[in-house]
This record gives sequence, structure tokens and C-alpha cells, in this order.
Amino acid sequence: MGETLRNLLTLAWLLPLVGFLVEIYALCWTHRLSKAPAYLAVGCISAGFVCSAAALLTWGAQTQWAALKDTHHGGDHSAADHADSHATAEGEPSVEQDHPADAASVLPAADGEVHAAVTNGHAAHEEPSASVPTQFGGTYYTLGTFGPLAISLDWYIDSLTLVMFTMVTFIATCIHVFAIGYMHDELTEDYVDHEVHLPDHSHFHRPGRFHRFFAFLSLFCFSMLGLVLAGNIFQVFIFWELVGICSYLLIGFYVERQSASTAANKAFIMNRVGDFGFLIGLMIIWTSLGTFRFYDVPATHSADGHTSKQEVGLFHLIRGDAGDLQVSKDGSSVYLQDGHGGLMKAGDEFRTIPYWLLVAAGLGVFAGCIGKSAQFPLQTWLPDAMEGPTPVSALVHSATMVAAGVYLAGRFYPVFTPEVLLTIAYIGCITLFIGASIALVVTDIKRVLAYSTISQLGYMMLAIGLGGWAAGLFHLVTHAFFKSLMFLSSGSVIAGCHHVQDMERMGGLRRKMPLTAAAMLVGVIAISGLAIPGLKPFGEPIAFSGYHSKDAIVATALAYIKLNSVHGLLFIIPLITAGITAFYMFRLWFLTFSGAPRDAHVYEHAHENPAVMVGPLFVLSILAATCAIGGESGPLFKLLAFSEPVPAGAASGALAPVQIALPTHEQVHAVHDAAGSMALLAAIIGAGLAYALYCRKLLNPADISRQLSGLNDFLLDKWRFDDAYDYLFVRPMRIVGQWCQGFDRHVLDKILNGSASTMVTVSAWDRWFDEKFVDGLVNLVGQVAHSAGRSLRGVQTGQLRQYVMWIAVGVVVLFAALFTALPK
Amino acid sequence: MDSAGLNAYLFVAAVLFVSGVVCMAVKRNAIGVLMGVELVLNGANLNLVAFSRYTTLGLDGQVFALFVIVLAAAEAAIALAIALNFYNNHLTIDVDRGNEMHG
Repeated sequence: MGETLRNLLTLAWLLPLVGFLVEIYALCWTHRLSKAPAYLAVGCISAGFVCSAAALLTWGAQTQWAALKDTHHGGDHSAADHADSHATAEGEPSVEQDHPADAASVLPAADGEVHAAVTNGHAAHEEPSASVPTQFGGTYYTLGTFGPLAISLDWYIDSLTLVMFTMVTFIATCIHVFAIGYMHDELTEDYVDHEVHLPDHSHFHRPGRFHRFFAFLSLFCFSMLGLVLAGNIFQVFIFWELVGICSYLLIGFYVERQSASTAANKAFIMNRVGDFGFLIGLMIIWTSLGTFRFYDVPATHSADGHTSKQEVGLFHLIRGDAGDLQVSKDGSSVYLQDGHGGLMKAGDEFRTIPYWLLVAAGLGVFAGCIGKSAQFPLQTWLPDAMEGPTPVSALVHSATMVAAGVYLAGRFYPVFTPEVLLTIAYIGCITLFIGASIALVVTDIKRVLAYSTISQLGYMMLAIGLGGWAAGLFHLVTHAFFKSLMFLSSGSVIAGCHHVQDMERMGGLRRKMPLTAAAMLVGVIAISGLAIPGLKPFGEPIAFSGYHSKDAIVATALAYIKLNSVHGLLFIIPLITAGITAFYMFRLWFLTFSGAPRDAHVYEHAHENPAVMVGPLFVLSILAATCAIGGESGPLFKLLAFSEPVPAGAASGALAPVQIALPTHEQVHAVHDAAGSMALLAAIIGAGLAYALYCRKLLNPADISRQLSGLNDFLLDKWRFDDAYDYLFVRPMRIVGQWCQGFDRHVLDKILNGSASTMVTVSAWDRWFDEKFVDGLVNLVGQVAHSAGRSLRGVQTGQLRQYVMWIAVGVVVLFAALFTALPK
Repeated sequence: MDSAGLNAYLFVAAVLFVSGVVCMAVKRNAIGVLMGVELVLNGANLNLVAFSRYTTLGLDGQVFALFVIVLAAAEAAIALAIALNFYNNHLTIDVDRGNEMHG
């Protein structure tokens, strides 16, 4: 089965890359006005979706859908139970090793034992027996080996991977289709960018970039899918950066606009800040743990008697099978585990990692998540990223970029110590409040959605930090659906209003674009978490997806503060923010779609969009409404919860420096109804308030913002984060830069110029010496020879008889000289 | 019969030699110049033969003289060829006309 899943997901992963390579050279094989690149991109990603869905179904069929039967609410899931089942499960390799070469040999019984019950990866929640594995890992290619350390391209598949794959490919398909309509005006030889004003008061003209947009979208999907499929943390980092560069390319798609290129730079640089922490975390893991791999490689015995040792992956090294940290008595270090309930040994010594290093590694990796998922304090790039085309915003905000951070926090959950989890929870809590509060006052329709994304990402991080692993990722998936729906709806509004984004100029649009209005309303209800109170026909209230996932998070928070009353804020703030969320989302809807038109010109020209744009809205509305059906006993939640790497409420290391008790599933379930009612009450109050203010006009919102002008300005300035960063980092950096410039100009340049001019003087002198003396000497010799030759020339008369005379005279003279000079 | 004595030989040789040199210096006719050369060579030959009497074998000078006569014959052949070519080029054998290579 692992082989099949790997092939399907690899295909789904690589198809967008092929698409990218073909589309980027579109001008070589088609013309600029062709829609072929778009169709190719849609084909690639939808084929990817088919593969992913097939993989999910294969996995489900092979495991007899055990994930859906498995219940966390049965009440039989106590800690003791857990330990027992763990003990019996000991010794079974929980991850199937699947080297491409010998896949068949290590998978003898996968197909034969279809009736076998299923063991979960980390520890059985049911009775373990002959197992059909549910997690798979393997290596595509080893990039390099350094002694015992290896860097490779791995794959790792569990139900989280499968759900993410299906979700990402599905939403990406919808967005691709929508983008065909939205980016239609790029299909031209002469695109006029009305946002770019040239010095001569004309607009900027350029060729359309339709094919390039789709090429980047494909590359984006490839990067995200690679990130999800990655089997080691280093590979995650590679695709992490690829996602970053893709977002850079797409946010800066209208590169000629100053705001767009600045926003792209901002997104990229903010992410680098987080990635710095990520790199530190990687280095710690590399040096202290010696592996990047997520999964275990069991010992293999090949035919020639060669035996390879078992290699334990990261998660089992830290958490073992039972999911608890083995902290030494003085709390200073953590024992590494061998994945069979024992401890790792190097010789006679136990292998350990200093506790603080493990904390630092967790914080480092989480710093990467902060950057990517736009958490406090690196959240400021996300609203600016709205400069990209709206389909990009939809993709960035739902399925790809920001989801990567939450996905990694979830994937890396076993390595996080309680201190790190507490940090995550507080960061998430701060972020969700900041995001929601700013969304209250923003009037740009896309920016409201951007801030709501920040807020919802905060909820996810909060859930993961509180030990509600499944709740956090549950919210990730549901949020992906309704947020992509809302972004595409807003894109539809923007396209319908001819690129007007300010809600102050909209109003009453539901009469012009009823389908978009309905789709947006579905999204708004979903994110607000509205439900019909009191009515529970199937044990769960009738509600859209957002209610269930937010409910799960609030319930986790409530159970958490019952155990750790010191951290009460972690429940109160999310609860209040749930109300704020409902308020600002309904404010958005009322301002845009209801009431009287505020700008007659915009209203006159508004129109509903063609089917290629409304179709995806329709599909996404259905999923946004129903994807979480059944809530925490529904299929989606159970599929996700099945992959939970550490059992909820697992002992978080009694000897750890910070004492935190994480709630178990039972404890969460016990307070579920109470939390659900409170969250619903908050949401209804928020929605009602929005109705009263913006629809019924019982109070004028403008008066309120005037009354609270200080607060209003503070929120409009985005809590002054940008100003603070400007003062804290940008300006000091500029000052330092000016100093450096001054130093360069006045010291280094002076030294350089001085040495240069000295050199020029010396060489000038040297030249003079050469010309006058050396050359003069040589020329003198030449001149002497020349003048001598010239003066002797006259002697050669050519007169033969004269020569004879000279000879005769010469001989006589010689004799005379001889006889007179020589002694006798 | 008394020998004429060495001085007589030397005197005749000197007359021949000087006559040859003067002939070379004053004759404009190339053939005349050649004749002057012959006179100079034969003056030298006479000296060689005269002095050879005072050598150990008494034949050295004669051998040298023979060599000189052979060389003079060869030289005359070459010189006559030069004279013919000179005539071809200048339509005269006046050596004063052969001064194209003056400096």
C-alpha cells in the first residue's frame, strides 16, 4: 500500500512542476493571447487532486476506515489504558519502511490481512493485533552522507498528509479555475496598469502576463505539496523556502507598482527573520539528535546476511511510543528513546539532549512558523500581501503559504516541550486578538479578510499550543475552505466592481451579484461559527464547518484553563475574539452587499461574473458548509485525529521546569457543550451587533469611531506595528547605514583615494625617469650608430679604381706605420 | 754561371706588382683591370719562387706559385663572366659606370 500511496502522491506533487516548466515557456509554443497555459495548469492540479483523492480512498479502504471507527470520546481512553495498549504494541515497527528497491520484500502482509484491525502509529487507541500500517515513510534519493548523518529526500505519509494533499489540490483547482476568469484582462498584447503613474501623467503599458501567472501558481502548488509530503525537516525547509519565493513572485506580480514590489520584499524579508530561527533549530537537531527524519527505519536483513541497524526517527527519539518526554531527575536533560519503550544508549551511557537545547530547537522551528503563518510579532507582511492578484491572496491565505506554518507546527508537535507549547499558545492568543481588532476598522474588503486570516491562524496556533492538536489542524482545513471561498468571493466583487476594493464605496451589491453575495454569506456564517442553538438531531448542532472547528478549539481552551487556571486569558481572549470575528465578518457582508449603494458610479457598473468565476464559488460554498460535518465525531476530524503524534494530555514530563497539564480528549469532551454554547453566544452577540449597526443603523458607526477616535486610529494604524518596526529596526538601520556610508566616504574612500593619488604621482615620476634616462640612453646608442653610418656613407663611392687607390695607399701607410712604430 | 742574386728577382717582382696596381688603379676598361690583377699575382709568384730557394726543401714557393696560377685561372674565368654580364647590363665595360651601389 505504501508503494501505491507514494506513487499517487508523488504524481500529484510533480504534476504542477511539469506544468510550471511547460507554462513558463508558453511563449515558445503558443502566443500571448492563448488560454492554453491556464488549461494546462488546471489540468495538472486537478489531476493532482484526483491522485490525492485516490490515495486517500486507498488508504481508507486498506485500513478498513479504522480512523473513522476509532473514537476519542468513548470514555475508555484513560492514561492507564493508554499505557497498557502501549505495552502490548511494543516492538512493532509502526512505520513501514519502503525503499523503492525492496518495497515488496518488507511488505509481506499488507494485502493479505484485510480483516486485521489497525494499530495507530504512536500507540494503539484500540486493541493492537496483526497490523496494517497506517503511516509510511521512505527515501527517494540520498543527497549526501556525512559519517552517520545523512541528508535525503524522503516521503512520509499519514492521514494528515493525505488530508492536506486532498485539501490543497482541491482548493488550488478551484482557485486556478477562478483565476482563468479573474486574470482574463492579462490576455492582451498591451496591458494598461492604471495603478502605475508615469512622470508624463500617462499609465504604464506592458504585455499581458497571463501564462506567467499560471506558471507561478503551479510552482506554488508544487512547493506546498512537496512541503506536505516531505519526510524530514530539512526537506521541509527546502520547500519552505520555495513556498517563500513563490509567494514573493506572486505578491509582486504587478512588479511595476511600487506598493506591490515593496509588499513582496516585505513578505520575503519578514519570512527570512523567522527562517533564521528555523535554521538555528535545524542546526540544534542536526548536531544533538543526528537525524532529520520523521519516521523510523526498521532494521533490515538482506539476503546476503547484511544487517542494517534500526534508525529511529525524530519523533520517536524525543517522545518514544507513549508520547512522553523522559526527563532526567534534575530536569536538565532529556533521554532519547529507541521507539520500543526503551531508552537510546551509546555504549553504556544513555543518550541525552540538554533540556534547554530541546526548548531552543522547538522555539527555533516555531520561529519559522511565526514568520510563515504571520503570527505576532511577524504578522505585518500578510495584509500587505494583498497587493497580489486576488486568486493569489486566496491561495496564500487558505491552502498554501500560511497553512505551511500551522502544518509544520502540527507536524513537529512531538519535538515541542511544554515550554514551547505554552509559547505557541500565547503567541497564537496575542495574534488572534490583534488580527481581529484591526479587522474591525479596516474598510478595504481584502484587508478585512487578511486580518481575519491572521486571527484564525492565531486560533490554530493556540489550539496546537494547548495540546488540541487535532482541533488546530481541523480548523486549518475548514478555514482553508471558507477562507478561499471568501477570498474568491471578494475577488468576484472586485472584478465585478472594476477593481474597487474599498467597502465604503460599495453597498447593496447583493442585487447586482446575488450568487457572489450568497457564497460570501456562506463563508461569513462559517467563519463566525454560527449554529442553530438547541437543535442537535445527530448529536451535533446543525452548523457550517467553522462552528465545529472553532468549537473544538474553544473547548480545548476551556479544558486547559480548568487544569491550569493561571492561564485564564488563553480561554477568555479567544472567546471574546469569537464574538469580534462574527462582528467584523458580518460588518463586511452588510457593508458590501446590503443597504443602499454608497457610490452610484460603482453600483451602476457592477455586474455578476461569468460562470468560470462563480462556479468555483459554488463548489467551495458547499464544502465550506459541509466539510466538517459531524463535528468532532465527523469524518474529517477523525481522519486528522488519527494521525495525532502524541496522545492528547500525555504526560508532558513531570520533571520539566514548567508545570503544565494538557487536557485529554475526555476532559475536552466534558466541557464541549459548555464551551460550544459560550462560543455560539459570543458569535450571535457579535453578529447581532453588526446587524444592528450596519444593517438596521440603530447607531451610526461613524459616531462610535469618532467617540473612540484614539482607539480607532490605533487600530487603523495596525497597532502601530509598522511604525514600531520603523523606529526599532528600519531607522536604526538607516542611521547605522549612514554611519557606514560616512565611514566609507570619509575614511575608506580617503585612504583609497590617497593611495591612488600617491601611486599616480610615483608613476608619473617613474614615467619621466623612464622617458628621460632609460629611453634616452637607448636612443643615444641608436643615434650615434645612425649618424656614424650616415657620415660614413659618402666613402662608398662605387668607383672601383678609387677603391684600388685606397687599398694601395692604405698598404703603403700601414707599412710606413709598421716600420716607424715597430722597434727594429 | 753566376746567379743573378735575390735582389734582382725582388726588383723585377716589385716592378711587376707596382705596374699591376697602377694598371688596376688607372685603367677604366674592365679587361685592363683584369690584366692588372694578373700582373700583381705574377709579381707575387715571382717573390714566392725566389724565396723558395732558401727553404729546407726548396720547393715550397714553387708549389704555392702553382696554386696561385690555378687560382688566377679560375679567377680570370669568373671575372670574364662578370665582365660579360656587366656588358649586358651597361653596354660597356667601363668600370666607372658600375657605381650604382654608391652610398
